[in-house]
Amino acid sequence: MAGAVSVEIVVAGLVLVVLVALVVARPLIAGGGEDEEPAPADDRRAALEAAKEAKYREIRDAELDFRMGKMSEGDYRTTDRELRAQAITILKRIDELDGEKPEPR
Amino acid sequence: MAATGTASLYVALLTALYAVGAAVYGGVTGKRAFVVSARRAFYCLAALLTLAMVVLEAAYLRTDLSFALVAQNSSTDTPTFYKATAMWSSQAGSLLLWAFLLGVLSSAVLFLTRRKHREIVPWATAVLGVVAVFFLGLMVFIGEAKPFATLATPAVEGAGLNPLLRHPAMMFHPPMLYLGYVGFTIPFAFAVGALVARSTGADWIRSTRRFALVAWTFLGFGVLLGALWSYAELGWGGYWAWDPVENAALMPWLTGTAFIHSIMVQEKRGMLRRWNVVLIITTFVLAITGTFLVRSGILDSIHAFGESTLGRPFLGFIGLVVVGSAALVVSRWDDLRSEARLDSLLSREAFFLLNNLVLVGIAAVVFWGTFFPLISDAIGPERSFGPPAFNAVTTPLAIVLVLLAGIGPVLAWRRATLAALGRALRFPLAVTAVTVAALLALAPVTDNLGGMAALAMFAFVAFTLAVIAQEFWRGARARRVMAKESWPVALANLVGRNRRRYGGYIVHAGIAFLFLGVAASSAFVEQSDVRISPGDTVEVGGYSVTYEQPTAELGGDGAGTGAPITLGALLTVKKGDETFTLRPLRNYFPSNDPSTGPISRYFEGEATSEVDLNWGLRQDLWTAVRPDLAAFEDFIAEGDRRFADSSGPIQAAAIRGIVDEYGADPPPAAFRMLVSPLVSWIWIGGAVVVFGALLALWPSPEARRRRVTSLYAARLGRELSRA
Repeated sequence: MAGAVSVEIVVAGLVLVVLVALVVARPLIAGGGEDEEPAPADDRRAALEAAKEAKYREIRDAELDFRMGKMSEGDYRTTDRELRAQAITILKRIDELDGEKPEPR
Repeated sequence: MAATGTASLYVALLTALYAVGAAVYGGVTGKRAFVVSARRAFYCLAALLTLAMVVLEAAYLRTDLSFALVAQNSSTDTPTFYKATAMWSSQAGSLLLWAFLLGVLSSAVLFLTRRKHREIVPWATAVLGVVAVFFLGLMVFIGEAKPFATLATPAVEGAGLNPLLRHPAMMFHPPMLYLGYVGFTIPFAFAVGALVARSTGADWIRSTRRFALVAWTFLGFGVLLGALWSYAELGWGGYWAWDPVENAALMPWLTGTAFIHSIMVQEKRGMLRRWNVVLIITTFVLAITGTFLVRSGILDSIHAFGESTLGRPFLGFIGLVVVGSAALVVSRWDDLRSEARLDSLLSREAFFLLNNLVLVGIAAVVFWGTFFPLISDAIGPERSFGPPAFNAVTTPLAIVLVLLAGIGPVLAWRRATLAALGRALRFPLAVTAVTVAALLALAPVTDNLGGMAALAMFAFVAFTLAVIAQEFWRGARARRVMAKESWPVALANLVGRNRRRYGGYIVHAGIAFLFLGVAASSAFVEQSDVRISPGDTVEVGGYSVTYEQPTAELGGDGAGTGAPITLGALLTVKKGDETFTLRPLRNYFPSNDPSTGPISRYFEGEATSEVDLNWGLRQDLWTAVRPDLAAFEDFIAEGDRRFADSSGPIQAAAIRGIVDEYGADPPPAAFRMLVSPLVSWIWIGGAVVVFGALLALWPSPEARRRRVTSLYAARLGRELSRA
């Protein structure tokens, strides 16, 4: 009985190992799994997009804080200026990834 | 089927080992194919562990008594709901649940980050893989942790689920806790990955923030379910005893609370980087320690720890994590320098830091109080650190915490002026003053207001709720000015477009409600322990409680626990014009000890209280009964002698006779009655916290649209470049 049980485990295990191997080996055989693999530019873009969203949220938060009277106007203008400058930097970096050059002022 | 389950665990272990190796190789060499392969290995891991869960779950539902776990924790007469959830009542089953959740959540985060964090993901994958290897290793190599161990001869009947666990709260409690523990593994893995890759900005936080908040929510919900089970099931009338098992789950929740606050500071200001990595490492270590505490036998005594085969591996893994993480943090210390400095002590980030210190302080007290008795037991006579000591230290800290939860929202990031703060605090301070005055004025009416601690807590709860209400009002007013919207539209848009902020405020309100309930029910509970007979009346907390008659049933447990014998009482309660009934019960489950007699085994096994409550927003009336069976000992012993060799139906008739006799001529029974003011607000507060957290988690529609658009733009750019 114990021998029969062991055989069952081995057979089931082999089947599962083969299935797993087929799945994990695919990117190694297909040369990197291009469809799944992020290009370095996509990776940087994703990080920049996330940073942009976070910066937009900060800008909105600062405006809301000012409108709610938590900040003086002077502090708000300074903070807003800094945050918008940081957001513009992020947008420029995104544009550079797209290959567009920013318009000269 | 057990063979399939066993094979799936073996292959899962191999897969996890492969994932670690492939991820590390891919991270070191930059060969992306191996990183992708490691991610796919995790998808396979999730599938394999799902298969293992399905096999074990099916065994429980079928009551396949060839499975050792099923024979030990279930039975043919266990109700189906408890069969389905009994899997994680056992050590091996709970370890499988841990590993399964780790596989699924890891797959989810690796899928979501497949196009991001090229430098971090390989190392995060490796860390997740190491954790998976640990848990799978336990289940594959250690006898008492094997979920698919079989019996050479299947049992005729199972031992049944521990009667104390036959409560819905206790069945959902482990999955909620483990979702919390496993959820915190994700930001931990990404933090380690960020340290290895020297990518110590806020990127890894943005990707794992939601996992941290989900983990925190589920862990808190699990802790609350445990408290609810204690209140509704254990028969002592309380919900928190500072028990080591309770503390084991509370500690990572406390440091996790600190973490989800301080990562906001890092996101916005680039500050507290060192603090955040130390905090998430600590949270993860405490999560593993929590599992270790419950599973290693150490809670019985330090000496029992040595007898458990799980204790040493857990301790070794915790040591590896602590030493490895510490070495990594030290080596990256300069990379973790903050980008900015604190502009003002009167700022939201300063108060977040203060809030963090209080939370970590409470966690440290709980840690010391939990482990000190174990350490003292190891080196000499055990010294306890009981509830009075815990309460003495944590209560003032909790009061400060509620105050900070009120002050934080009125402060701006970077710098708030005293004038702005003064304006913002006028209304909340007025509400607080009125609340305190009203409570002090009521003092002669309600016995007394209890200690200064309860009064302080009530005051700060009022303060915090007033601040939050004011935040909603001021925010909606600001929005009306900005967007020219009506009040309802302004309020809806305010919350909809600022879900993190206002979801957080709702969470703070929930915490305030929760502490309101804790303070009131702790300070002003009225308890009465009496021994009364049918017809007797007891006065407690303004209620008149009359013991009308006993109840005695076979197989009639309305709570669905499957108890064969249920004895209880019918109580009539009056207060003013209000009249209602309560029916506290006590369930009796048969003993599995073969040395007990055929009749006495039904009265000498586990017995559980099924309390009855009259819930209310103002107060609960809680009752529990303990029937006195001493008068029936002679009958029961006689039954054992006379019916030892009788058939089952005859023995059942004998038991029915004893039960019916109890119903007809009961001896006095012991009752505990509690009147707990505002205790329902603990559960209401918990529900509000969960709602607030879900709101904070929900992505905003604008962000979703922008993300989709940018992905398409990127894909278009890539494909055009190939053409």
